[in-house]
Amino acid sequence: MEQARLETITLTVNGDVRRIAVPPERTLVEVLREGLGLTGTKQGCDEGDCGACTVLLDGRPVLSCITLAVEADGARVETVEGLADGPRLHPLQEAFVRHGAAQCGFCTSGVLVSARALLEREPAPSREAIKTALSGNLCRCTGYTKILDAVEDAARVLREGGR
Amino acid sequence: MNVVGKRRPRTDSADRVTGRTRFVDDLTFPGMLHAKIVRSPHPHARIVSIDASRALALPGVHAVVTGKDMPVRYGIIPWTHDEYPLALERALYVGDAVAAVAAIDEATATRAARLVDVTWEPLPHVLDPEEALAKDAPKLHDEARHGNVTKHVELVFGDVDASFARADVVAEGEYFFAGSTHAALEPHCAIGVWEPTGVLTVYSTTQVPHYLHRELAHVLSLGADRIRVVQPPLGGAFGGKSEPFDLEFCAAKLAMVTGRPVKILYTREEVFYAHRGRHPMKMHMKLGATRDGRLTGCDARTLIDGGAYASFGLVTTYYSGQLLTAPLALEAYRFQSTRVYTNKPACGPKRGHGSVQPRFAFEVTVDKLAEKLGVDPIDLRRRNLLAPGARTVNELLVRSNGFAECLRRVEEASGWRDKFRKLPFGRGVGVAGSFYISGTNYPIYPNEMPQSGVQLKVDRSGRVTVFAGTSEIGQGSDAMLAVIVCEELGVPAESVRVVTGDTDLGPVDLGAYSSRITMMAGNACLQAARAIADQVRAAVAKRWECAPGDVVLAAGQAMLREDTARQIPIAEAFQWAETDGGTLGAVGSYRSPKDVHGEYRGGTIGASPAYSFTAHVAEVEVDAETGEVKVEHLWIAHDCGRALSPVIVEGQLEGGAYMGFAEAIFEQHDFRPSGLHRGPSLLDYRIPTSLDVPELHALIVESSDPEGPYGAKEAGEGPLHPSIPAIANAIHDAVGIRLDALPFSPSRVLATLQEERRC
Repeated sequence: MEQARLETITLTVNGDVRRIAVPPERTLVEVLREGLGLTGTKQGCDEGDCGACTVLLDGRPVLSCITLAVEADGARVETVEGLADGPRLHPLQEAFVRHGAAQCGFCTSGVLVSARALLEREPAPSREAIKTALSGNLCRCTGYTKILDAVEDAARVLREGGR
Repeated sequence: MNVVGKRRPRTDSADRVTGRTRFVDDLTFPGMLHAKIVRSPHPHARIVSIDASRALALPGVHAVVTGKDMPVRYGIIPWTHDEYPLALERALYVGDAVAAVAAIDEATATRAARLVDVTWEPLPHVLDPEEALAKDAPKLHDEARHGNVTKHVELVFGDVDASFARADVVAEGEYFFAGSTHAALEPHCAIGVWEPTGVLTVYSTTQVPHYLHRELAHVLSLGADRIRVVQPPLGGAFGGKSEPFDLEFCAAKLAMVTGRPVKILYTREEVFYAHRGRHPMKMHMKLGATRDGRLTGCDARTLIDGGAYASFGLVTTYYSGQLLTAPLALEAYRFQSTRVYTNKPACGPKRGHGSVQPRFAFEVTVDKLAEKLGVDPIDLRRRNLLAPGARTVNELLVRSNGFAECLRRVEEASGWRDKFRKLPFGRGVGVAGSFYISGTNYPIYPNEMPQSGVQLKVDRSGRVTVFAGTSEIGQGSDAMLAVIVCEELGVPAESVRVVTGDTDLGPVDLGAYSSRITMMAGNACLQAARAIADQVRAAVAKRWECAPGDVVLAAGQAMLREDTARQIPIAEAFQWAETDGGTLGAVGSYRSPKDVHGEYRGGTIGASPAYSFTAHVAEVEVDAETGEVKVEHLWIAHDCGRALSPVIVEGQLEGGAYMGFAEAIFEQHDFRPSGLHRGPSLLDYRIPTSLDVPELHALIVESSDPEGPYGAKEAGEGPLHPSIPAIANAIHDAVGIRLDALPFSPSRVLATLQEERRC
């Protein structure tokens, strides 16, 4: 156990400003899950293949298992825990519940934040655009059908002023 | 029905979409250590010595265990105990575990694992099942009676040779099903916690806590009463977490040695090597029929590549033959199946255990038969339907049977009549059917006890808590139990709490395998809920001076059937019942029928309380230039008896069909000559993304089974089966080639097209 050099970074995680000291090799997902206790973000492969660890960095989806925590210094980080508005679920979350788009739920956190980033930049995406936006998030349970249905439905609710 | 059959969300879905569901790796304990497993780099090698001194000298390392610390054989099937938690004398595949190291964090444990010095004596290895059968092949298990054969089964029903003599047309083929793996998104994880009082708790990603409980007691020589297995919700399993793995034993043992909680989390690479997935099978399938399209007989021979250990192999070997005898009626049937050991990760049960592979061969052969007869393949299937209430040729009792309806639904929905043999070159449709068990009538270890138990605690607040030993693995079994309670007791979903997956808290349930939970735990829950409902109705009836049968429990109220304006909140009704009879609670249990199987050795395997039925139509586009197959649509009609929660059932139909499609087009669990996996990552082992999948059309068929709760049967595994042959048959309709080997990759399609042109 060599003495690691620690760097102090500042992250705004789901609106909370966090100053933390991390060794340079520490990944963002480790900081979120182990350091901050935000276990909603999942680790399915630890090599950037599955998308379960997707979080938003300044609104842009990134794979937190291959993002170093120091790279996120100064950034806004949004995880699945930050999606709801206080006790009110986000329309995407409500649509996932309604459509049964989450089976085991292990990929769901990553899928939801990817979908949120999509709807932020494209409020009325086509089904093909949704497929493309979610193509980095592997799901092994659903065959994607209900996920696509839910995102389409949530987009409609948001456009109609659901939130 | 007020709740059953309604499109309601799953009771646990709010946790799933907010990241609140706590999976095993989300749990931590004060002082918790992390451990890593040392694995064999050789496909077959003798362990000469293990020296852990360098690892133990690394600061932060707490303990190392090796095979000598747990020298007890185990195995999921009581008759084939052929594994050790850590290999004792020989490693039998690349990845076989030999030691485990616990340290203060994962990085230190990983470093220390590399410092465990194992001296190996490499031995000759064998990867191909045919070579493994040779007399001079390296032998994996000394105790195996016949070389490398795990299990050989030969069963004959009726006069098969005469059936072929009578046939006007015969179709056959040599088929190969490449292996595939589950690739659940959640990697395997276990945490061992040892309490000073001598109680061991193991948190595990197992889908069979009860069997893990038994094997831990056996291997660790601890009383089962001093072991608690906790199985939090799983991030997918698909059969891949159906038996104990090295990590549960190692986490437990290291916790006992160090006195600290110990977590082991597999890397994705380790998940690929842990495997226990779909067996590669080489199959010869032969079917005969009369000129008017009546099947006469079937002759099947199957060679099963088992990998290094038996796993569920005894059952796999039987299933590969026993589960071909419906939905089409056979007059005579013979199968010979042989499972052999090879120096690769062991195969085991993957969704549709043992029957997906032969189903592919069978349904493609039926398609060939239809072609020879000049009959529409849907019509050919219609001419051979099993009669209602019939026994199959191998004596499985099939009661409810919605297969004809499944065929009708996919035929209609897909526009089959306008498409089959009518689409332009490069486009085609194909059909296939299947059936599957709703649980197996016999537990893995022989006993006369129930397969499922449920306890209900009913509170005077109006809350009902369900305690069950069932395993929520993503399929929705917790929600299923809640639906039954809501239906019977009239409480709203928010008033039901479901506590499962904990051997301390719930009665025994055998686990999430063989598509058994809705049938078995569902019936147990129904029994318990009805016992409570009877007490509540009696208490209300007494006060209203009516017959108990006139009291209805629904919509959060107890009400009078004839005058529903007369009602009281259900909590008050519970209080009346508690006043009259004391604390409210009930148990229910389910015993599978034991008298419905054939009286021959193996006749119990395949016997189930009920069978589901499925038919698919696939529509494909084949690019004859590149060999690429694009599956555009899959219509999935599935007879689940009764859909207790249609949204969940549709999810199973879509997810199952997707997984079959993935095996047809993408996946192959394959090894290099050195025994190394060809691509143990989610990048190289390609599972479909949202861009790859076909449009999936789920069509629910309800035949209402007399044994199932409200008529329900399984939906978890059956709907996978026909995907693969339906796609193969559609490719034939599109471009005229028969693909008898999986996967239908561009190179294989192209090669087969070129071969066809040469002929």
